[in-house]
Amino acid sequence: MPENRYETVPGGRRPRPGQEHFAAEVDEGGLGAVDAVKSDAAPTSLWRDAWLQMRRRPMFWVAAAIILLVITVAAFPGWFTSVHPRFDCELAKSLAGPEPGHPFGFDKQGCDIYARTIYGARASVLVGVMSTAMVVIIGTIMGSVAGYYAGWFDVVLSRITDIFFAIPLVLAAIVIMSITTNRTSFTVALVLASFGWTSIARITRGTVLSVKNNEFVTAARSLGMGRGRILLRHVLPNSAAPIIVYATVALGTFIVAEATLSFLGIGLPPSTVSWGGDIAQAQRAIRQAPEILFYPAAGLALTVLGFIMMGDVVRDALDPKARKR
Amino acid sequence: MTTQFPVTNGNLPVGEGDGRTYEAGTDKPLLEIRDLEVSFNTSEGVVHAVRGADITVYPGQSVAIVGESGSGKSTTAHAVIDLLPGTGKVTGGSIKFDGREIVGLPRTEMEAMRGRDIGLVPQDPMSNLNPVWRIGTQIEEALKANGFEGGKRERKDRVAGLLQEAGLPDAERRARQYPHEFSGGMRQRSLIAIGLASRPKLLIADEPTSALDVTVQRQILDHLEVLTQELGTAVLFITHDLGLAAERAEHLVVMFKGRVVESGPARQILANPQHPYTQRLVASAPSLASRRIQVAHERGQESDELLAPDLDATVPRVERGAAPADIVVAKNLTKVFTIRGGRPGASADFKAVDDVSFTLKRGHTLALVGESGSGKSTAANMVLGLLEPTSGVVEFDGTDIASLSTKEAFAFRRRIQPVFQNPYGSLDPTYSIYRSIEEPLALHRVGSKKAREKRVRELLDLVSLPQSAMRRFPNELSGGQRQRIAIARALALQPEVVVLDEAVSALDVLVQAQILDLLGDLQRELGLSYLFITHDLAVVRQIADSVVVMQTGKVVEQATTDEVFDNPREQYTRDLLAAIPGAGLEGVAIAG
Repeated sequence: MPENRYETVPGGRRPRPGQEHFAAEVDEGGLGAVDAVKSDAAPTSLWRDAWLQMRRRPMFWVAAAIILLVITVAAFPGWFTSVHPRFDCELAKSLAGPEPGHPFGFDKQGCDIYARTIYGARASVLVGVMSTAMVVIIGTIMGSVAGYYAGWFDVVLSRITDIFFAIPLVLAAIVIMSITTNRTSFTVALVLASFGWTSIARITRGTVLSVKNNEFVTAARSLGMGRGRILLRHVLPNSAAPIIVYATVALGTFIVAEATLSFLGIGLPPSTVSWGGDIAQAQRAIRQAPEILFYPAAGLALTVLGFIMMGDVVRDALDPKARKR
Repeated sequence: MTTQFPVTNGNLPVGEGDGRTYEAGTDKPLLEIRDLEVSFNTSEGVVHAVRGADITVYPGQSVAIVGESGSGKSTTAHAVIDLLPGTGKVTGGSIKFDGREIVGLPRTEMEAMRGRDIGLVPQDPMSNLNPVWRIGTQIEEALKANGFEGGKRERKDRVAGLLQEAGLPDAERRARQYPHEFSGGMRQRSLIAIGLASRPKLLIADEPTSALDVTVQRQILDHLEVLTQELGTAVLFITHDLGLAAERAEHLVVMFKGRVVESGPARQILANPQHPYTQRLVASAPSLASRRIQVAHERGQESDELLAPDLDATVPRVERGAAPADIVVAKNLTKVFTIRGGRPGASADFKAVDDVSFTLKRGHTLALVGESGSGKSTAANMVLGLLEPTSGVVEFDGTDIASLSTKEAFAFRRRIQPVFQNPYGSLDPTYSIYRSIEEPLALHRVGSKKAREKRVRELLDLVSLPQSAMRRFPNELSGGQRQRIAIARALALQPEVVVLDEAVSALDVLVQAQILDLLGDLQRELGLSYLFITHDLAVVRQIADSVVVMQTGKVVEQATTDEVFDNPREQYTRDLLAAIPGAGLEGVAIAG
């Protein structure tokens, strides 16, 4: 038995000043409510908390406004201009400056730059959204299966991921696109996605590995729930946050990759108006009229900025560890 | 503001001079905290973490601040060394150290004071040492920062001396090692060496041993006590454990929700707690409670009863008619894990559980007790059928669970359910409480949707949570509430056996007592059998009928709870019992 500490203190010694026995009055402190449930506030979940967090940030509203604008422009270019970007061209106006109804002037082919910038949004947004969707699907499946089922499954899938990871995205896309005859937004997205899914797979695998060790997963196992069902019902929803964050940021990079390919002439065909293609065109006339390079480049930059900013805000909201004070 | 009044006590006169004087030279306080107010700026406005705290520490004295999480005990201590986290600020009151006001002291002067005059032993030995530096380098760092004079050689000698003093043998070699080569106890000893490196007058020990096994905890606290007595260092203990505080300190300060609710000589507080909160704390402290928590009908006088003399320590359990059958029988369970070795292809076998046998009787509680690494959780997972034993058999109600077909195994799941330790990890954060509790019912296709909702409501009633809680999400609930939800979920399928894997270990004392009460009630009402896994022998006494003590995978002792506590046969069990904080105080509390 341990030594009884205060047996060593002479029993009757008076406490020193400031150390007399005193007790606070009872009234304060809400003693009864040691463990009461708050029943007034609205129920919150991770997602609701994230929303409350996000909507306080001005950056969220700026990013949301940009994304909304870009998507509206991409979906309904007709609302913003009545000039057709490819058929209303007059070679006589080649490289001409702005004039009423044509605020940005004309490019080398005499087409209206404003209209081309507006119509170019569709290709970018389409490729960005499609390749992100594909990447999320491929990456999540590969990553979650590797992380959740572990063992040799993990070894094989992870090595496949590593092999793809070693191939530079744009380089691979250049090689594949240059032998592709049918070049549409879909094929561009497909090619980008087939080499761009590795990061998501790695992120998913990492989160799944950490989530699957949670006690609620063990609890679900002891309920007799099957492995596939646990993965879908418990593990994946809890791994969603980093995937969503990465996907928002990746969307921007895919738009850039599409523009790069179109700039190199192996992305979308010239019959599709795209910012990348227009930048390539503008580059040929850069000495005579450098300003025509500006408009498609600005459109591209603004779109990418919008998505990347959104990714940042979403990450801050979903990942409290990365949240700034 | 809280008005505080002196409590007069017949035996221990307080107040005007009675002729007795104090020891010479000790009448000047070393640390004097008056009306301390600390607040934090958060997104929900200003939070007052400490409100009007008064604490006095004399030179060479040990004082403990006791409170549960969120009571402001650590905040108070951190205010003393001006290390408040985040937006924390002292907004009122004064802190005098050695007669000198230190609130609002310039940063450089405060830095000079830290380490040299006031040392700190932080809470978590795992994260408070830098993993990329050698232990010796980190202690040297502490010496340098506090103006150690002398050359490199002297500094090295001093480091070795300090480690030796902190109880690490072979100190010179140890100083060249990295933190990961140290066990938790050794790291804590290194942190104590750092804290005492410059011979401070006051050492703040913030939950110095909470992360360690009880036997290690005891060794370290004993050592710290001897060391500080020799050096004449005053110690300010921060702890959640009243038993530990009373055992280690002369003077106690009990904090609750940022206020000092009671303070005074340790013995007096224990014997004669005045504030209702302290009374509840004394009543609930598992290490002080001398016998089993009684179930519902007796709970009217719970607090008195728990501390009442051991008149009937062997109160017969509620009669259950016929002699109870064995519901779970584990026979010679062994689990071997293969650990990857240093070289590729190399591997070593590790016996986590080694030939363990035990029997759980229907309607009874069997505790598996052991320190970390004893294999108790591995054994529990084998009983749950989550882990396949390397050899040995688990029989549930007479059937070997390994022989069950897939369909039978699914049905078996309904009869045994777990509750885990971590109240923050045991509920899916994306599921509402309703969905969490309903999930087992839905999975096993019990009843219609409507019937299931009714059952969820019943279950919430059963664990004493309002039905309105079912719309909440886990992150809105406290640890104790989450643990209730986990219990409700485990009970949803009306199991016969509940495996409680450290189910109350992460909870504050009062909440822990509530959950233990609840478990006692539920056992009585539903005839449940509990397999209770814990490292905390003190809790065992409150809940278990019989005990299996495990050490490094083996069973070292197996007996009824009373036998284990009154008459332990193995040295290891005796060590465990002796290590319960406050184990020696029982007599005092009861005498009060």
